[in-house]
Amino acid sequence: MKEIVEIVFFFTVLIILVPIFGWYMAKVFAGEKNLLSPVMLPAERLAYRIAGIRHNEEMNWKEYLTALLVFNAAGFIVVFVLQLYQKSLPLNPERLGNIAPALAFNTAVSFMTNTNWQAYSGESTLSYFTQMIGLTVQNFLSAATGIAAFLAMTRGLTRKETSLIGNFWIDVSRSVLYVLLPLSIVLSIALAGQGVVQTFAPYAHVTTLEGDHQVIPLGPAASQVAIKQLGTNGGGYFGANSAHPLENPTAVSNFLEMLAILLIPIALVFTYGRLVGSRRQGFAIFAAMMLLLLAGLSVMLLGEHMANPIFADTPLLEGKELRFGIGNSILWGQATTCASNGSVNAMHDSFTPLAGMIAMLNMMLGEVVFGGVGAGLYGMLMFVFVAVFIAGLMVGRTPEYLGKKIEKREVQASVVGILVPGAVILLFSAIASATGAGLSSLGNRGPHGLSEILYAFSSAAGNNGSAFAGLNANTDFYNIMTGIAMLVGRFAVIVPAVIIGGTMAKKKIIPGSEGTFRTDSLMFVFLLIGVIVVVGALTFFPALTLGPIVDHLLLMKGKFF
Amino acid sequence: MSTRKNITFLDRTLIQRAVVDSFKKMHPRTQVKNPVIMMVSTGAAFTTCIILVDAFHGRFPAFNIQIALWLWFTVLFANFAEAIAEGRGRARADSLKSAKSGSVARMITDSRELKIPASELKRNDIVVCEAGDLIPGDGEVIEGIASVDESAITGESAPVIRESGGDRSAVTAGTRVLSDRILVRIVSESGKTFLDRMIALIEGAARQKTPNEIALTILLSSLSFILLIAVMTLYPFSLYSANASGSGMPEYLTIPILIALLVCLIPTTIGGLLSAIGISGMDRLIRHNVIAMSGKAIEAAGDIDVLLLDKTGTITIGNRMASDFIPAHGVDVSRLASAAQLSSLADETPEGRSIVVLAKDLFNLRAGDVRNTNARFIPFSAQTGMSGVDIPVPGGMRRIRKGAAEAMGNYIAGIGGAYPPEVSQAVETVSRSGGTPLVVSEGKDIVGVIHLKDVVKGGIRERFEDLRKMGIRTVMITGDNKLTAAAIAAEAGVDDFIAEATPETKLVRIRDEQAEGHLAAMIGDGTNDAPALAQADVGVAMNSGTQTAREAGNMIDLDSNPTKLIEIVEIGKQLLMTRGSLTTFSIANDIAKYFAILPALFGGLYAQAGTAGPIAAMNIMRLASPESAILSAVIFNALIIVALIPLAVRGVAYRPVGANAILARNLLMYGLGGLVAPFIGIKIIDWMVVLLRLV
Repeated sequence: MKEIVEIVFFFTVLIILVPIFGWYMAKVFAGEKNLLSPVMLPAERLAYRIAGIRHNEEMNWKEYLTALLVFNAAGFIVVFVLQLYQKSLPLNPERLGNIAPALAFNTAVSFMTNTNWQAYSGESTLSYFTQMIGLTVQNFLSAATGIAAFLAMTRGLTRKETSLIGNFWIDVSRSVLYVLLPLSIVLSIALAGQGVVQTFAPYAHVTTLEGDHQVIPLGPAASQVAIKQLGTNGGGYFGANSAHPLENPTAVSNFLEMLAILLIPIALVFTYGRLVGSRRQGFAIFAAMMLLLLAGLSVMLLGEHMANPIFADTPLLEGKELRFGIGNSILWGQATTCASNGSVNAMHDSFTPLAGMIAMLNMMLGEVVFGGVGAGLYGMLMFVFVAVFIAGLMVGRTPEYLGKKIEKREVQASVVGILVPGAVILLFSAIASATGAGLSSLGNRGPHGLSEILYAFSSAAGNNGSAFAGLNANTDFYNIMTGIAMLVGRFAVIVPAVIIGGTMAKKKIIPGSEGTFRTDSLMFVFLLIGVIVVVGALTFFPALTLGPIVDHLLLMKGKFF
Repeated sequence: MSTRKNITFLDRTLIQRAVVDSFKKMHPRTQVKNPVIMMVSTGAAFTTCIILVDAFHGRFPAFNIQIALWLWFTVLFANFAEAIAEGRGRARADSLKSAKSGSVARMITDSRELKIPASELKRNDIVVCEAGDLIPGDGEVIEGIASVDESAITGESAPVIRESGGDRSAVTAGTRVLSDRILVRIVSESGKTFLDRMIALIEGAARQKTPNEIALTILLSSLSFILLIAVMTLYPFSLYSANASGSGMPEYLTIPILIALLVCLIPTTIGGLLSAIGISGMDRLIRHNVIAMSGKAIEAAGDIDVLLLDKTGTITIGNRMASDFIPAHGVDVSRLASAAQLSSLADETPEGRSIVVLAKDLFNLRAGDVRNTNARFIPFSAQTGMSGVDIPVPGGMRRIRKGAAEAMGNYIAGIGGAYPPEVSQAVETVSRSGGTPLVVSEGKDIVGVIHLKDVVKGGIRERFEDLRKMGIRTVMITGDNKLTAAAIAAEAGVDDFIAEATPETKLVRIRDEQAEGHLAAMIGDGTNDAPALAQADVGVAMNSGTQTAREAGNMIDLDSNPTKLIEIVEIGKQLLMTRGSLTTFSIANDIAKYFAILPALFGGLYAQAGTAGPIAAMNIMRLASPESAILSAVIFNALIIVALIPLAVRGVAYRPVGANAILARNLLMYGLGGLVAPFIGIKIIDWMVVLLRLV
């Protein structure tokens, strides 16, 4: 009961905040005057002057995509090099050594792609400098990249008969200056107030009550924790992520961090509605996402509270966030896997098989239930195109969405974006489950071991970054395989998204009539959910059967792994 | 004509030929055009190889042989669907071919006549055709007039007039001159005539995949690809699980069964029926006597949201009809009717005849005997704007005149008569109601007004209502003035009209609509319609029209019936709906197949001694055995293609209701139906499989 109250309270606060913030972002991205214009406009102009950006020029999709890819490649190189030479760089009070190339590659890809898969443990591996200049900066920029791609795609839907879809540099600058930076500053201060550490001092050496010697890792955590939550990055400052008391010390910090996971992804759906000039369209997508989120949450809670032959009604607390209870662990787990965040306050490996499966499925579906900032929405729009394509045919018209015809190019791009990450999850998991290199990392046997593998590649290809735990990810095999999965999972979606923006912008807008079906109706919401679930089910049902489903069935028979 | 009869599915020759064709279509060159079915035939071939290897080692696994057989059947059924659809059109093509064969052209060179085979004709050759001759090539009449039997093309046996100049100058190869003599300038190379194109279109030889078909094929192929990966990766996952559970490799995890699983999962239903749906759409049009120049045009017809219609002949029956007599003050209405009738006796125009008929109907007036008197009929002249009759009567002359209000006003004033105000009023009223007033005078008196009315075709209002529900706006085009146009538009129930239109107005309007993103359709026959026909997204040229018009449009209506456009739109929509509905059905089917096959494959995993494994609990259909479950799913998957051929060929029923209602209905029928149907179907087949001891 208490859990239900907590969950209802959480969503109430969230749902009050998101439309307002969505409206604010719509103003920002449309370049209109907004709350922060007086402060940020001079900063924005200065940035353009320094960088030599012609801010009144727009790009076609090829230019936009080139800018995006070059920008990301540069980010990758910076993070990669910083890690290789961190020993020689400043702000390294613990004298942490250079990072091995495979791990450095994995981490650089991970933060560039907004995944924040961490095969390392922050406190024992990375210097303050690497964390701040490398990772935190990418936390901002990868999130901004996602928003930019989303904006490019959206402009394709709203503009007609043009090849221009905006200016990448402006979109990134505005995302950072008006959205990510101000929110992060507010949240870091609030978190620091709750006790999240923020210091350059070396690690604390203390003597415990028992008289033992203990090293307590410190660092500039609050500033990184804020953006890791807000930008759906999820990479913890410490290895234990938000299960670490210095990263998530109180119930208030827990609540704020959970809010921050979903705030921008949900608000962007409302931004979308405003940008396309129909708040109902935004609301329809919001409804589909929210229903999927709540349905998943219900299954997870059911899975956790279902009586089983081994423990009967005893709460399954192992690996959960003991301070805040199962409800908050599950809510965080659902939020973080839906929103492609990947931060955790509990170990997903310790969820019951059903709850673990939902977490996995959220990622397998392509992170479209709100998903990563920007990324979730452009992924979802691809599902919308497929849903509209099939439904459009069913009403006897060649399909269109918001007056734009969906033709060969858009179908091609959408199926690439929807199916390629899924293919990578299956293929890479298959390789891992059939090779010694893949199997040697497993922490559990039986179906749970297969779940660990599936989870790892789902997390990587879904650009989520959360770990199922139990799997030793820091091996050359997993560093390279998950690195590739992250790259494919990011760019096999982002590239089609920008291309769709380009091809759509060139089209006319066909005015709606009685012959066009509404894409803002309840029926469409359910159709969209149906398409997402069926595509997900068709792709992953066999694999899930051998992982979490049989795991669950065995648990019901009194056997667990 | 014979091929117009309704071809049933049970037509013996049709089926025989289709069966033969289904085997011919096994050729890899044909298979490669359909990626989904290609995957099935590859799988079937692979399974067959495995069986052959087994046979080489002296093993004959009955189960695998059955799987292989049903996989081959799946391919055959898909081929059969396409062959049936093609066969329905072929009968028609054959009759057309007979019209074409062996005609001889009488070419005129240097004013001498030369007999050459029609196949050697070139553009701009001049040929002569006389009564009894087959016209050897498409062309334009440059001299003369003839009645032509076009039944070979149109199925309409009544001959039509073809003459030089004007809008009826086009002649078609394969039609026959019935009377008179014409000179024809050939406009198309041999082999590229209208007849040739028609045959090619009907036979499907020239059928290219339409843009939407290509997009759908991409979607289906991609889905098949991901399912291929899902099934392929199942093998290592199973190996892992077998090791983990210590129960050994699952007994049923063999290559043939994995192939069977894959074939069940990939969208074979829509993949197998897709081309049949497209061919049938074309065929349905042909049965409505419309030839589409490309499949793309049919698809576009489904998208049309603006329809430009000529008033005359489409919305109204070609001519005005007398509908009322309005007498002047103090004049008996029968006197007016009589005067009107007398004045129209010599008037052979439809309007004139309608006046005679109306007077007869209303007052039983028969004025036939007047002809025998020395009556002098005054024909209509543009100068006076009147027509009439002078009838000698004892003691003078009855001078009856009728004409437009203005002309009659001048005439009456000229002879010193009066023009009563209530007549002016009547004229005004008639005009405003969309009619044409004709004023009648006798001597110096104005006796009244004849109300000539544009008669709106029966049932047209309801059709426009239907169109509106389909989301299509109708625009009436007429040369009438605004007042008249507005009245008729209101009566017919069109959404908009263009009055005082010229041929250019059509083109401008279509461009305007398209600029706003609309897709416009129009119908036309004249040479001056050609630019608009070419510009329209769907331009339907009437077969009776000029060659230029016929080449500009992307469809030709052989019946030259302007309301045909409505059927064309419906057929276009039906085509797309059938595609969408069967795609939904096909994909929704997969859920049940998973529940049939996965428990069969993995039921033994993690089993404790003596009990079924946990995954066996997923066998919610309670299928008899793993073998029967797998076989039933494969059989269902193959049979459903055959079961749906009639639907694919006939098309999903279309009713003009709003898009949301259609979507709801089709989602329920084909989405939910597709989810549930295989659960029932597979269960029934499982019973039969057990009953017949197939496993």
